[in-house]
Amino acid sequence: MTRTLAIAKRILMELMRDKRTLAMMFLAPVLILTLLNYVFTLNTTPSVEIGTVRVEQVVTDSLKDTSHVHTKSYDSEDKAKSALKDKDIDAILTQTGTNQYQIRYGNTDASKTSMARQVINATFSKNKVEAMAKQNVVLATQAGQQPAATSSVSISEKYNYGDKNTTFFDTIMPIFMGFFVFMFVFLISGISLLKERTTGTLSRLLATPVRRSEIVYGYMLSYALVAILQTAVIVSFTITLLHVEVLGSISLLFLINILLAMVALALGLLVSTLAASEFQMIQFIPIVVVPQMIFSGIIPFDSMASWAQAIGDILPMKYAADAMNAVVLQGQGFSTIWGQIVALLIFLVVLTGANIFGLRRYRKV
Amino acid sequence: MEKVISLEKVAKSFGNLKVLKDVDLSLETGEILGLLGPSGAGKSTVINVTLGVEKADAGTAYVFGEAMPKRELLGKIGYMAQSDALYEALTARANLKFFAEMRGIDKKDLDAEIDRVAGVVSLGDFLDQAVSGFSGGMKRRLSLAIALLGDPKLLVLDEPTVGIDPALRRQIWAELHKMKKQGHAILVTTHVMDEAELVDRVALLMGGRVIANDGPKQLEEQYGVPSIEDVFLKAEEETE
Repeated sequence: MTRTLAIAKRILMELMRDKRTLAMMFLAPVLILTLLNYVFTLNTTPSVEIGTVRVEQVVTDSLKDTSHVHTKSYDSEDKAKSALKDKDIDAILTQTGTNQYQIRYGNTDASKTSMARQVINATFSKNKVEAMAKQNVVLATQAGQQPAATSSVSISEKYNYGDKNTTFFDTIMPIFMGFFVFMFVFLISGISLLKERTTGTLSRLLATPVRRSEIVYGYMLSYALVAILQTAVIVSFTITLLHVEVLGSISLLFLINILLAMVALALGLLVSTLAASEFQMIQFIPIVVVPQMIFSGIIPFDSMASWAQAIGDILPMKYAADAMNAVVLQGQGFSTIWGQIVALLIFLVVLTGANIFGLRRYRKV
Repeated sequence: MEKVISLEKVAKSFGNLKVLKDVDLSLETGEILGLLGPSGAGKSTVINVTLGVEKADAGTAYVFGEAMPKRELLGKIGYMAQSDALYEALTARANLKFFAEMRGIDKKDLDAEIDRVAGVVSLGDFLDQAVSGFSGGMKRRLSLAIALLGDPKLLVLDEPTVGIDPALRRQIWAELHKMKKQGHAILVTTHVMDEAELVDRVALLMGGRVIANDGPKQLEEQYGVPSIEDVFLKAEEETE
């Protein structure tokens, strides 16, 4: 135990003297989160430009009435096409006959394509409903009845999480929080053990009566502290300055992040034994870190093939992201996320065992 | 006299390379044994088997009468590696304190012990400076000081005087002789041939075997040459 503490203390002291790495760990997440926040807030309401060619006045008018939609009429299809090419407009709506239309999308921005599609479909169905309503009035009058009063529908909106200003950023914030903790702890701990190996301090350490497990636990203890601090910085920053709402308990958020950091640490230590230099350690980012991001839930799981979903099941980040989403976005408690916690614990125990065993490579007892 | 190290018919291979074929070696209390051999002869492997970092394929390494590898015994061995192996970001004192804690030295003796070993290598005035600012020689001395922590009965020193200037080298050897008189056993590997004259016994390691094992003067007589350097060269010729 004394040795574990001494090792943890030494690692923290080394880290404290490395100002640049410290700045990286605490300022980089803050910087990136701020950037993401701006990027997603500025882009929440995209607008579409729809070019029309020989389209009935009724249709263009109702298109114009839709918010965030602008129309521009062209007298020939060729002119419209060249405007589409120059990205002046996002789609062309051409009337080819009575009730016959053709739409051509620029499709360089998938979100604009789907918005244009929605707007145009909605316009036609709205026009149809209005035409039917008119017809009903006519029929009713003919039958000598009073037409039913057209009452406007009132809708009031309520939000489970956040409000109408909630952006995509708010919903991915929990994932990013975990991802930063994962990436920095993975890299820094891995490189730190690698450095011990290449400078020979690991051999020297193993030439003392220290237990292999004491070395691994010392690393875990120190990086648990680092993860707590890092999470504290990220959480307080996102809550106070970026005004992201956390529905569930913040202590659960810390628990998940610390567990994730421990898993990242164990993975970093294990992977570092496969690397011969810091440069090779960096090469593990695309292999180990990026998949964690891809399968963290930023891309919805439902849209993935089942074999791809299976990959996510073996990545710790998925469980951490699920748990954090549940806590931050749905305000769930421990009873809902215990499964993910157990999954992270299993990762932790297996990887830690592998590390303690793996140190046998450097000392046979 | 008590046998501190005793290697019996030790063999060790890495892959297809037989580094040690059949090594017998012993070290007693109050003795300095110089391990000499060309690069790649297996000096470091002998040390690693002695420390229990590597396990012998055949034969056994006994330290203080117990078969290695045995973790608990490492507390009684002061080891200095070929590379300096220091935490450069930390001060000399932090380095010494850390390794003292790893060796299991009592907390109340810690500060006195750090001052003592720093005095031996003349680093007392630099204890609170970061190691990254040290010269090569200072790092080597700090590395030696770490090995001396806790006054271990067995010292294993891998090239201890590389990069150290002559005056300090003499001082370190004087210290080693003092420790020897106090009953310590010291195993030293070296490339500096005139240093080999300062040890009690020279073991020449060549081709995976100890081909000569005697006092330096006796070896010089035996080979009919004036210095250990000539013994080394002659032995190398004979093996080839």
